[in-house]
Formats: sequence, C-alpha cells, structure tokens
Amino acid sequence: MDESRRPVLEVRELGIDFGGLTAVNDLNMEVYRGEIVGLIGPNGAGKTTVFNMLTRVYQPTRGSIIFDGKDTTGCSVVDMNRAGVARTFQNIRLFSGLSVADNVRTGFHGRIVYSPFEAIFRLPSYRTKERLITGQMKELLEIFGLSEERDNLASNLPYGAQRRLEIARALATQPKLLLLDEPAAGMNPQETQELMAMIRKVRDHFNTSILLIEHDMKLVMGICERITVLNYGMMLAQGTPEEIRSNPEVIKAYLGD
Amino acid sequence: MDFLSYLINGLGLGSVYAIIALGYTMVYGIAKMLNFAHGDVIMIGAYVAFFAISDMGLPLLPAILLSVAVCTVLGVLIERLAYKPLRSASALSVLITAIGVSYFLQNAAQLLWSSSTKVFPSVIANGGISSGGLTVSWLTLITIGVCILVMICLSLFINRTKTGRAMRACSEDKGASTLMGINVNRMISITFAIGSGLAAIASVLLCAAYPSVYPTLGAMPGIKAFTAAVFGGIGSIPGAFLGGLLLGVIEIFAKAYISTQLSDAIVFAVLILVLLIKPTGLLGKRIREKV
Repeated sequence: MDESRRPVLEVRELGIDFGGLTAVNDLNMEVYRGEIVGLIGPNGAGKTTVFNMLTRVYQPTRGSIIFDGKDTTGCSVVDMNRAGVARTFQNIRLFSGLSVADNVRTGFHGRIVYSPFEAIFRLPSYRTKERLITGQMKELLEIFGLSEERDNLASNLPYGAQRRLEIARALATQPKLLLLDEPAAGMNPQETQELMAMIRKVRDHFNTSILLIEHDMKLVMGICERITVLNYGMMLAQGTPEEIRSNPEVIKAYLGD
Repeated sequence: MDFLSYLINGLGLGSVYAIIALGYTMVYGIAKMLNFAHGDVIMIGAYVAFFAISDMGLPLLPAILLSVAVCTVLGVLIERLAYKPLRSASALSVLITAIGVSYFLQNAAQLLWSSSTKVFPSVIANGGISSGGLTVSWLTLITIGVCILVMICLSLFINRTKTGRAMRACSEDKGASTLMGINVNRMISITFAIGSGLAAIASVLLCAAYPSVYPTLGAMPGIKAFTAAVFGGIGSIPGAFLGGLLLGVIEIFAKAYISTQLSDAIVFAVLILVLLIKPTGLLGKRIREKV
C-alpha cells in the first residue's frame, strides 16, 4: 500500500457516556499520513471530548482507536504521547511559571532520555543529551518566531505567542499526529492568516499529520484536506471542504431550520 | 560581638530548618499536600544513624549514607502506600492520612525502640574557629556548609536536568504534563525520595547539636520547618531556604535578647505577622483567582 495512504489514526465506532448521557456515539474517522483534517461542529457537539479520547484522558465506553496500526485499548495518557499523539488546548495550558525555553524542553522529556546517575555525575552522555535538547529547542523557537523570548516566562508572552509556544511544545514530543484545539481562538484575521501558513509549514517540516478543531471557517476551509462534522456527538458529514460547504445537513446544523 | 555570634548560631539552626523545610515545600509544590509525617521521617533517620554509629560501629559518613538510604525508601513507601491511593480524594482526607502516618511512625518507633531517650554519640569534634573573641563551632560551620551545598545541588537539579524540569512542569499543571509524556506518579515519587533523603541529613545535623533520640523527636523541628516553609512561601524552594534561615535567626535572637521560654511563641508570632501582611509568604506566588 502507498505509504501516504496508510492511516495514522483510525477511529472505529467510538463512543463515550458520562453517567446516562451519551456525549459521543458511533464516530468513524481516519487521518492519513501528512494530512490536515478538520473536526468541526456547533458548540457542545463533542469535539474536545473526541480529543480527550484520542489522548486517553477519557477512556471511551465503546469502539476502538487504532493509532499507527496498533489498537490503543488500555493505553495511558503517557503511552499515547510516547506513541506519537500530542495536543494543544482550547484554553492555553502552558507551564506559566517556566521560561519559554523550558516549556519546549519539557516536551522532549520522553524523547531524549538519560538517567539521574548520568545527571548527578555530569557524565558526557548527560551533556550531549542536554545539548541535543537545547539545540532542538532553539530550532523550534526559531521556526515559531519565539527566539527573542527564550528566557521570558511563558505567562509574560502575548496571547498569539502563547498559542505558538503551545504548538512548539507539543511538537517537541515529536508527534506523528498533532491535535490542535481551536488554534485560532482569539486571533485577529491577520494572525489567523499567519497561523494557517504555520500549520502547513508544521505539516511539511515535521512530517506530522494534523487534526484540528476550529470555529474559524476560513481557516478550516483554507487548509483542511478533509473535514468531519459532529453534531450532538454524532457524525453528521465527512468530506472535502467543497462537499461540506454544500452539504444541506451541515448548513442546517449550523444555521438552524 | 555577641550579636555576630548569635547571628551565626541562628544561621546554623536555620540551616537545619531550611533543609527540612525543603521536604515540605517540594512535596507541597508537586503533590499539593502537606506531608505532616515529614518530621517523623527525621526521627527515623536519627534512629538509623544512632544504631549505625553506636551498635554497628560505622563511621559518620557511612552512617549518614545508610540513614539517607533508609529514609529515601521510607519516603517513597509512605507515598505509595498512604498517599497515592488518595490521589483523587479531597485535600482534607490526605491531610488526615498524613497525620495518621505521623502517629503510626511515632508509635512504631516507641514499640521497636521504647520511649526512653537514647544519647546520640558525639560525632563532630568540639571546638571551632575563634578570632577576636568570636567562636564558631565546627558543627555550626558544617551545618551551614551542608545547607549551602544542598541548596546548590538542588537548584542545579531543578533547573538543569530534565527530571527537574518535569517536576516543575508537574507542579504547574499535572494534566498538561501527562499529555507531554511526563509520568506524574514517578515525579511525585522522586520528590518524596529527595525530601526524605534530605530529612535524613537534617536528622544527623540535628542530633549532633541536640544529642538525644526519642520517638517524638521529629515533631518540633518538623512543625518549625513547616512554619519556615510557609514563612518563605510554600511551594517555593528559595522560599524554604530563606524561611528556614530567617526562622533560625529569629529564634536565636529571641532566646538571646528577649526570653528563652517565649522564643517559640515569638517565632510563631512573627509567622502570623508575615502572613497577615503577605499571605503567600515571603517568596510565594500569588495565584489570582479567576471569577
């Protein structure tokens, strides 16, 4: 099979209940390698819940998540991250008391490993690995235009820069699939334009697939190759931006009868 | 000259408080709980060092290492068995459990080693450096030196290693840390290990100064060090150092210039005053409540 047509993520009949309430039901979708996929839907449709299941913050009640060809049933949040799923948050969750540089460095935690023994005795391997972390951290900050802010506290960054830093931190975990939860929230049109270019750059440069939740239709229609629409926890439609735009069901869900 | 001598002795006592306070503040920072059994880990450390020196005839350094090893394991075990099952329980349940662990350790020590006081052997030579009427004992110098060393090592660890960074990340946001691939439970274990290891070091310094070992030995230094941690701003590592040193100095000055009997009351009065003026402690972070 063609490499690019192998899905990195396959979701099969996924569902979750909270108490008696079914938040997501019977969701099927896939993300192929190098693809940018959008997940849209009205407020409360269950989009973030899907992200929480994909990262195993929530354990799904039904169905399966196959990541990179492997069933992930029973995986922990950390397992999912090590397997290659990283995410950003709708309401920014940076380590606000850490510097910009250290925020990105924490992302390498599971990727570049050394023992406390190496650190205590400052062995050459410790130095090499810390240098490797610092090198890659600088590279990421450069790409996201944050080099100047390296030593600032994350909480002191302007809003747009915090959003970029979150993406940089997620990329430091070297994901195969990057989940972006409303990356353009609170951005002005100019910033959104830049963000779109950046998301494309991330996909090409880091060779990662991207699944994003977004309300900004210009962004979604502009960069997503395929879109899945959720409504009341159910999949309403799936297809290319053109198909979604002209789908009467979707128009109805968004605009009402 | 008296003033200088009191100041140095205060710094010596404060160094011990600071080392103990680190255990409180680091655990609070990462697990957001007050580990009231920390003082009793000091007591266990003191007994281990006592038996190592008196019964096994070990020299001081191996005895300290043994005590550090036992306390480190004990700290991790306490966390695993008593606190970890309560990770999602309310803060009050965890607090009560911590008090329970504290009583458990005190009573276990009483059962194992009886409540009679054991005399800690003198491990550090008497005398010291004197110049121009000022004498500073070796013990005070060593205590201050150990405190500085601990401070340097710990800040290197916290700031320059990936485990240290991961610990800081966990103390900021556990959920986001897990999503970055950081194993939060392991970070909490490491924090307990470090805090308890430091408690063992503090226990030997403490027993070198006040050479009696008994089951409730850890209670008073524990509560004082806890005060120091709150004083400096709980959760802040530099705060624990500052709080510990200041508390020691205030205590010695109070004893010297005001009243020996009232010294503890004065120490706690200062704490109350600081908290009235700056509720988060000297170096504590203010967390703005979102409405």
